[in-house]
Order: sequence, then C-alpha cells, then structure tokens
Amino acid sequence: MTSLAFDYRRPDSVDQALALLAEADPGTKVLAGGHSLLPIMKTRLAQPGRLIDIGHLGELRGVHRLGDGGLSIGALTTYSRLLANPAITVYGLLADVLPTIGDVQVRNRGTIGGAVAHVDPAADLPACLLALDAEVVVRSARGGRTIALTSFFEGAFNSVLLPDELITEIRLPAASGDYGSAYRAQEQPASGYALAGAAVVIGRSTGGGGRFDRAAIGITGVGECPYRASAVEQEFLSSGDPAAAAHATDGVLVASDIHADREYRTALIRVQVRRALEAAIERVG
Amino acid sequence: MAEHVTLVVNGQRREVDVEPRRLLVEVLREDFDLTGTHVACDTSQCGACTVHMDGQSVKSCTVLAVQADGATVTTIEGLAAGGELHPIQAAFWEKHGLQCGFCTPGMIMSAADLLARVPDPSDQQIRHAIHGNLCRCTGYHNIVAAIREAAVTMHTGSASDSGIVG
Ligand SMILES: Cc1cc2nc3c(=O)[nH]c(=O)nc-3n(C[C@H](O)[C@H](O)[C@H](O)COP(=O)(O)OP(=O)(O)OC[C@H]3O[C@@H](n4cnc5c(N)ncnc54)[C@H](O)[C@@H]3O)c2cc1C
Ligand code: FES
Ligand code: FES
Repeated sequence: MTSLAFDYRRPDSVDQALALLAEADPGTKVLAGGHSLLPIMKTRLAQPGRLIDIGHLGELRGVHRLGDGGLSIGALTTYSRLLANPAITVYGLLADVLPTIGDVQVRNRGTIGGAVAHVDPAADLPACLLALDAEVVVRSARGGRTIALTSFFEGAFNSVLLPDELITEIRLPAASGDYGSAYRAQEQPASGYALAGAAVVIGRSTGGGGRFDRAAIGITGVGECPYRASAVEQEFLSSGDPAAAAHATDGVLVASDIHADREYRTALIRVQVRRALEAAIERVG
Repeated sequence: MAEHVTLVVNGQRREVDVEPRRLLVEVLREDFDLTGTHVACDTSQCGACTVHMDGQSVKSCTVLAVQADGATVTTIEGLAAGGELHPIQAAFWEKHGLQCGFCTPGMIMSAADLLARVPDPSDQQIRHAIHGNLCRCTGYHNIVAAIREAAVTMHTGSASDSGIVG
C-alpha cells in the first residue's frame, strides 16, 4: 500500500523543526516513529501534505533524572529504550505495561511522544502516564509550556497541542513515600490494544498510620480518550477497599463497539481496576 | 521530489534516490533486489518484512526509506556468512521450523534480534519475542524449538549434530 505523495522535511535540530512548524500549514504532520501515522497514511485515512521527520533528533531522546528526583523522558524515546532503562523499574506499572505494547518491532520504533500526541482511545501508555501525574513539555517558535497530562487529552485523536507545537519531553514526578502501582488490561486479541485497561498508583506517607493518602487511576479503552477515574480515587482513599472499582465509569459515556458492547466493557473495566488496585496494594513498599 | 538516501545494507554501502512515500521494504526488494525480505500483510501486523535497522528489528513495511537514511540495515541475505548457513537458519532446517517458508525470513530476523539480547532465552521469552511474527503453517512449536536449538549452538559455538552446512 502506498500513501499519497507528500512533501518531506528532515530538520537537523529542534529549533529548525519549530521553524518549519511555525509555517503552520494545516496539512503538516510531525513524523516520529511512524507506527501510528504511517499505517493510517498507507490506508489513506490520513493524507498529510507535508511530513516533518523528527526521528533523527538525538536531543529529543533519552531519560534523565531531574533535580527533584523526577524523570525527564525525551519525546523520541522508544518503548524499547524505556524498557531497558533501570530508572523506570521503580514505576511498577511501566514495567507491567511496556512489554505488552505491540511487539518487539513496534516497541523498537514507537515513541512516548507519539503515544501521547496521537491520543488513541485504546492506547496503553497514556493511561499509565495519567496515573503517574505526568507532565507534557511542549515547545514552539513562540516559546514553551508545560501541561499537566490530566488537562492534555481532549477527545479521540485530539489534544490541546497546537499545530505549531512539538512535544519535547514527558516528565514524571519522583516516587515518594510508600508507593505501589500496577497496570491491568484486557487486550483486544487481534490488535493488542486495550478493550479496557486500568493503571493504578497508590501511596501513603511514611508514618501516616497505614492509610492511603494518594490514589491516581488512569483508564483507557473505555471513554473517548484516556481519563482519570476520580470517583474510584475518592472512594478508595476513604475505604482502602479495591471494591471502589465499581465507580470506574462514573460520569463517563462508555464506548460500545463490535468487540465489546457498553455493558460488557463496563463490567470489564471494573474488573481491571479492581485487579490493578489489588496488585498495587501488594506492591506497596 | 526524490530524496537521496544512503544506507549500509548487509555490509555494503548503497545509495538511491527515492520518493519520500516509498517504504524501506520496497527499496530493499525492488531497488536492491533483496527479495528475501517478504511482504505479507503490509499493515505492520505479521512481521514477514522484519529486518534489522541499526541493530534493532523493525517491520520494514512501516518504515519509510527516507527514515532509514544513514542507517545500517541487515536483511536475511546478510546472515549467512561466506555461503554457510547462520546457526539460526541451520536450526530452522534441522528442527523443521518452517513449512511454506513465507514467514521464515522475518521469523529468523526476530530470532536473531532476541539471541543478540538474550543468549539463553526460555521458551516463554522466545514466544514473547516472536509475538510480532505470524506463521500460518507451523503452529509455532517447531519455530520455538529451532530458536532454542540455535541458542545452544551459538553458545557452544559448535554446529548442530546434523552437520548441515549451507
Ligand atoms: C502493529 C502495531 C501494534 C500496536 N500495538 C499497540 C498496543 O498494543 N498498545 C498501544 O498503546 N499502542 C500500540 N501501537 C501504537 C504504537 O504504540 C505507536 O507507535 C505509538 O503509540 C506512536 O508513536 P510513534 O512514535 O510511532 O508516533 P507517530 O506515528 O510518528 O506519530 C503519531 C502522531 O503523533 C504526532 N507526534 C509524534 N511525535 C510527536 C511530538 N514529539 N510532538 C508532537 N506531535 C507528535 C504525529 O504527528 C502523529 O499525529 C501499535 C502499533 C502498531 C503498528
Ligand atoms: S508485511 Fe510488514 S508486518 Fe506484515
Ligand atoms: S511456514 Fe508458512 S507461514 Fe510460517
């Protein structure tokens, strides 16, 4: 299959990429690993007139420890590179999720920036980053801004990212106190994407009397984009009981399709949230 | 407009002018005549088109040739050194790891990627590593056995008992 013809640009630096993006032709698309974009271009669901290939920009790759103990992950860092990085093993849910995304070849090409920018309603990683309170660092020729991931997604394949903006980095806050996390998903067997996936991060301050004082739950495959299940978070904080999972779809219009109708998907996500909570509780330490 | 692309393919420097929308697998097969790399699904599902790009396995139907500019690429043709089968190829033969053979080049490139990272994999690790490679014939059992055998041969540095060489 062949995509429509397009104009191809390969900037040598982030600044050059931003200058190209500032030309703000609506048909322009950034190309990172290409593992979401190229398949839809080949089937002609997407027909960008120009691709700006950032794939060679080393300055957007790599994982660094920040001064406050958090992690900065370059937008072009692939799933494989993340998986091989010991710094991510403290985030148990990343160790859960990364080996399940696609396959080896997909993980060798797909990037964290692409996963966040694409906003696939069933992608695995965005739910985990939501639960980790990740921030998205973006730059444009006009300047830069840092956006909490909780206010980044706007709907299916839609985010607050402006056409001239590039994601340069994803930031994860430091894991502090007693802390446990897990990701559990029911995969669509053919595609491997999540029919219903739940990412859980829970924590308690040391000496806080055993009660959890932090709970963050990211959900994918269920709504029109990944979301935080705040009703579960609140219920779990007061009860400490994984049965809080019953609130997983409160206030959400649950997706319904040939793979899982609304009722089934609602049941599925409740089970995944409960399992993820139970696994995270086991791991607290 | 055509872009000039320079690659090192199976140890040989190659240069080619390509239209940006052309895929790496198209350039390998059509421009370089390296037809050992197969195309089956053309939608990044089956892994028949797997090659190594800068030492990592990739599905070459989902990489533009221009994205591979400057890269070192190894295809199935680059595995057999001096006309002698690579230990993974020999093990696929020995263990009957193929039937129609269509998936085999991609399967072997995935196996080579795994064994470079994990010299002594468990069956579970082998199955996880070939998750992105579909085979419609074998039922995978003999493919797993072949990769396990190749791991042993590559470890001990000796050819398998069959004495099969290219
Ligand atoms: C066979 C297959 C199986 C898969 N299975 C799964 C799975 O099980 N779970 C899952 O979650 N995902 C899966 N994926 C999707 C995969 O995770 C995507 O490759 C990845 O999410 C997108 O990253 P990319 O670098 O390839 O993005 P690209 O395809 O290059 O880009 C995707 C979109 O993001 C934009 N973009 C990319 N980078 C930036 C940036 N830095 N700044 C601004 N915009 C940017 C692009 O313009 C484009 O719109 C699968 C993909 C394939 C092909
Ligand atoms: S032909 Fe590339 S994955 Fe099937
Ligand atoms: S041997 Fe026929 S597809 Fe694998």
